[in-house]
Amino acid sequence: MVKIGVLALQGAVREHAKMLESEGTTEAIIVKKAEQLDELDGLVLPGGESTTMRRLIDLYGFREPLQKFADSGKPIFGTCAGLILMARQIVGEEEGHLALMDMTVERNAFGRQKESFETELDMKGVAEDLLAVFIRAPLISEVGASVEVLGTHRDEIVAARQDQFLACSFHPELTDDHRFHHYFVEMVKNTKAALV
Amino acid sequence: MADTGTDRVKRGMAEMQKGGVIMDVVNAEQAKIAEEAGAVAVMALERVPSDIRAAGGVARMADPDILEEVIGAVSIPVMAKARIGHIVEARVLEALGADYIDESEVLTPADEVYHIDKNAYTVPFVCGSRDLGEALRRIGEGAAMIRTKGEPGTGNIVEAVRHMRMVQSQIKKVVGMSRDELMTEAKNLGAPYELLLSIQENGKLPVVNFAAGGIATPADAALMMSLGSDGVFVGSGVFKSEEPQRFARAIVEATTHYEDYELIGQLSKGLGTAMKGIEISNIPEPERMQDRGW
Repeated sequence: MVKIGVLALQGAVREHAKMLESEGTTEAIIVKKAEQLDELDGLVLPGGESTTMRRLIDLYGFREPLQKFADSGKPIFGTCAGLILMARQIVGEEEGHLALMDMTVERNAFGRQKESFETELDMKGVAEDLLAVFIRAPLISEVGASVEVLGTHRDEIVAARQDQFLACSFHPELTDDHRFHHYFVEMVKNTKAALV
Repeated sequence: MADTGTDRVKRGMAEMQKGGVIMDVVNAEQAKIAEEAGAVAVMALERVPSDIRAAGGVARMADPDILEEVIGAVSIPVMAKARIGHIVEARVLEALGADYIDESEVLTPADEVYHIDKNAYTVPFVCGSRDLGEALRRIGEGAAMIRTKGEPGTGNIVEAVRHMRMVQSQIKKVVGMSRDELMTEAKNLGAPYELLLSIQENGKLPVVNFAAGGIATPADAALMMSLGSDGVFVGSGVFKSEEPQRFARAIVEATTHYEDYELIGQLSKGLGTAMKGIEISNIPEPERMQDRGW
């Protein structure tokens, strides 16, 4: 059994928790206070509004505990706004938020809501036809040498992994396709086994 | 292959707003204050509901200049209101790049019989409801998000509470029914049968349900969250208060931590006077916005 938290400051928390619980070997924890991070084996940063989340992260003293959690080697999975929080650089802004992954992201890169879409993606090591929902989504415009690109849409990078960090610009939690969450849960299990 | 405007994309957009506050703004400056305070979206308007109520006359879609100004000022989503049944206002707002359209009883209805066929649009819609039947009729027409109607522009929470409690209790009733009772319930509610089936299966509405109409304090926002709202709209409350910046932040925090009463107490200290507010029974029936639409 692994415990995976979902940061619950704002956004699609319930959907991630449901996806994680359906794995059977996972207990999903709704994380509203920083001290809850201590008991976790992995963490999901959900979709929502990244500016709102960043403000609440600062306000409730989450920044340092999140950084510490990341440094401990435990896996983190960011979707959409979560990906923005994890990027080292954000186009048009001075610095990244948590700056966990060596990549640059561009916010709202596909346009406004009427341009939002769903499609199937070939996701390396996950699935050849993963259902992906893009909502006012960001994209990854640049990655460092240590970042592995997992998936692209029209030649733009939309999913990547760097060691224990996993991020995508779409919403696997809004579909019935569990394969990306399964991939992350396996990451958490392997890390837990290795850290013991 | 990429599909825009699917139910999943439209409803998903509202899912991302959960636990958040959507604020009414009338210009770029207010929009920036809202974004800075942590709002998940703003509603671009020509006038906030309490001013619409005070001004009287016909209230219409905002001047496109205001929408464009607000879109240019913030990176969070921008919503806009169209009149009930006004197909063209909605199309214009979609073309201008509004991220969400509120087919709203705050504006003077353009059609007293038909609501907009929201399935025909790529942009998602939010609609008001007073009970489950009304919510499901709007979802049947394609609404991707529901909110209580409350009584807009009053600063009085009583109607929003009534509408939220009504929807929640009717959902519980449907969940507890046997399958053979559902068609009769559909007839009684005036709601699509298939949507009642979906509620029975999932135990909840197929779209998110926010609170709106009369939220004037951080405690009001927290009250609506504890009654089961997925998030809140604050209309006149923020920018009719004495200190909009602090007020906006306090509402955002109270919505996130709606069960942390000590925090809400701290947040509510020295906020200055909230908007004055109106007792509902003092509003003549023809002037009640919640009775617009069906």
